[in-house]
Amino acid sequence: MPDITVLAATGNLMVSEALRQAEPDVIAAYPITPQTAVVEEYSKYVADGRVHTEYVNVESEHSSLSACIGASAAGARVATATSSQGLALMWEELHIASGMRLPIVMANANRAISAPINIHGDHSDVMGARDSGWVIMFAETAQEAYDNTLISFRIAEHPDVQLPVMTTLDGFITTHAMERCEILDDEVVKAYVGERTPINPLINGDKPVSHGMFASLGNSYFKVKKAERAAIDASHPIIKQVGDEWANICKRPFDYVDAYECDDADFIIVVLGSAAGNVRAVARDLRAQGIKAGVLRIRVYRPFPAAEVLEALKGAKAVGIFDRSDAFGAQYGPVGLDVRTALYDLPARIPTRNYIYGLGGADITIQTIKDAFDELQQLAAGSIDEGLCYLGVR
Amino acid sequence: MQDMTEIRWHARAGQGAVTASKLLAETALLNGEYIQAMPEYGPERTGAPLRAYSRISSKPIEVHNNITHPNIVVVLDETLLSIVEVLEGIVEGGTVIINTKNSVDEARAALNASADIKVAVVDASGIALDTLKRDLPNTPIVGALAQATQCVTVEAFKENLLETFGKKFTKEVVDANLASVDRAASEVVVG
Repeated sequence: MPDITVLAATGNLMVSEALRQAEPDVIAAYPITPQTAVVEEYSKYVADGRVHTEYVNVESEHSSLSACIGASAAGARVATATSSQGLALMWEELHIASGMRLPIVMANANRAISAPINIHGDHSDVMGARDSGWVIMFAETAQEAYDNTLISFRIAEHPDVQLPVMTTLDGFITTHAMERCEILDDEVVKAYVGERTPINPLINGDKPVSHGMFASLGNSYFKVKKAERAAIDASHPIIKQVGDEWANICKRPFDYVDAYECDDADFIIVVLGSAAGNVRAVARDLRAQGIKAGVLRIRVYRPFPAAEVLEALKGAKAVGIFDRSDAFGAQYGPVGLDVRTALYDLPARIPTRNYIYGLGGADITIQTIKDAFDELQQLAAGSIDEGLCYLGVR
Repeated sequence: MQDMTEIRWHARAGQGAVTASKLLAETALLNGEYIQAMPEYGPERTGAPLRAYSRISSKPIEVHNNITHPNIVVVLDETLLSIVEVLEGIVEGGTVIINTKNSVDEARAALNASADIKVAVVDASGIALDTLKRDLPNTPIVGALAQATQCVTVEAFKENLLETFGKKFTKEVVDANLASVDRAASEVVVG
């Protein structure tokens, strides 16, 4: 068992620490609430000479991810961090990073998107990037934000993946809350993350290459996009492999999903991120009363772990799908769409309700979660209908 | 003590409640407990009412929501009583610690606290002005909280202060803070 430092830390500090230990060659970042502390802390590490990172100050998030793209194409280990409007401003570059198959690790402090202006935690920002070709993970706790960030480097830089990875944590709820956390020794972490071995780097005089070329008429663009889908699909087993490797070192479990009491559950709530603990606490109480409740937390959201979700949900009588953002104009919220699509592969239909909750940082109370479990029992009994509803809006 | 103690802080921005919520949690962590400390960020302007939360537990803490049923309520500014329901949801037999010059009976009346609630009073601002020369009631009130509830010990809190403040401040400032904690612990009145 490696040496461990136990400390009281916020999620932001744990991300900074993970980045410090992975020590990217280049970080280009722009501060935005509630991510600011990540880059502020990291710039201190640079100023204090604790890391050898080239820290690039930029004038916007558009530029920060552009700089990361250039540095990653050159062959460097690269990381950045953002949130909300910052992530939105990166929209062009998100697709360029994945289309060019560039390993970049980006932490996102999940936050509401304007308008109206709101600095608090929800998933509206990251869900806007969900189909941009990035691997996306959601942390439940500050500790998991650390673990996921370290695992992200191994996924992104794996020779068979070569994709950007987003490691996300909920704004304020996780970024700013102080919790009991553990940090492993630098040597142990450095041995785990290793060094990046770039494939076809730009800076290689012996083997000159071009990146991000024109691919218009004909079939080449089409072909590259097909390869991109194959790449993110192929990342699925590698995520588990490198995640398990970390789990064996840190002695904390890793999986695509965290299925709590799902095996014999009649009523299951599917949830991402920091709200999962609240839902588990309610499920535990319900179990004590003889109600078979379960919780399925999705930790790796892209590529979507459909088989693992299905395995956990297949025996349920009703499923509640929690979404901390809406997909306006679609039938359901983003997680609702994903989970219902997965459920279509079952021979028998499981009724679902899609709950939009906690937008703009609205607190998710124990009572509202109890209400949702109550509704699932009614849904299974056929006394209420399926559909989408806003949970806890006053 | 039960598995988890939940503490809600009521203050005005600038009084150090967020720091206090973290200092308390850090102290409990050093004691081997699981902890959480979180601010509820609103408009970030000095003087605006704010809340912060701390949780202390012998077991891992899985909930991450706001505290609606606190075991302990801390009020750093008694002028909040006219605009905030500070005792909202407090558990039966809970404790409230308030920064005031008033007696326990006067504070109990001002809080409209039922008989089962323990009311602890301490003039944290007065102590801060004497020791720190500034109205920063946060470290003294944690001393009073520790003395009144034993959710951490006064000694453990002082050790943590020595450690964390020792890194940032001069010995003079650290000593003044330690003195403020001692005074608050000896002057707090619980009724």
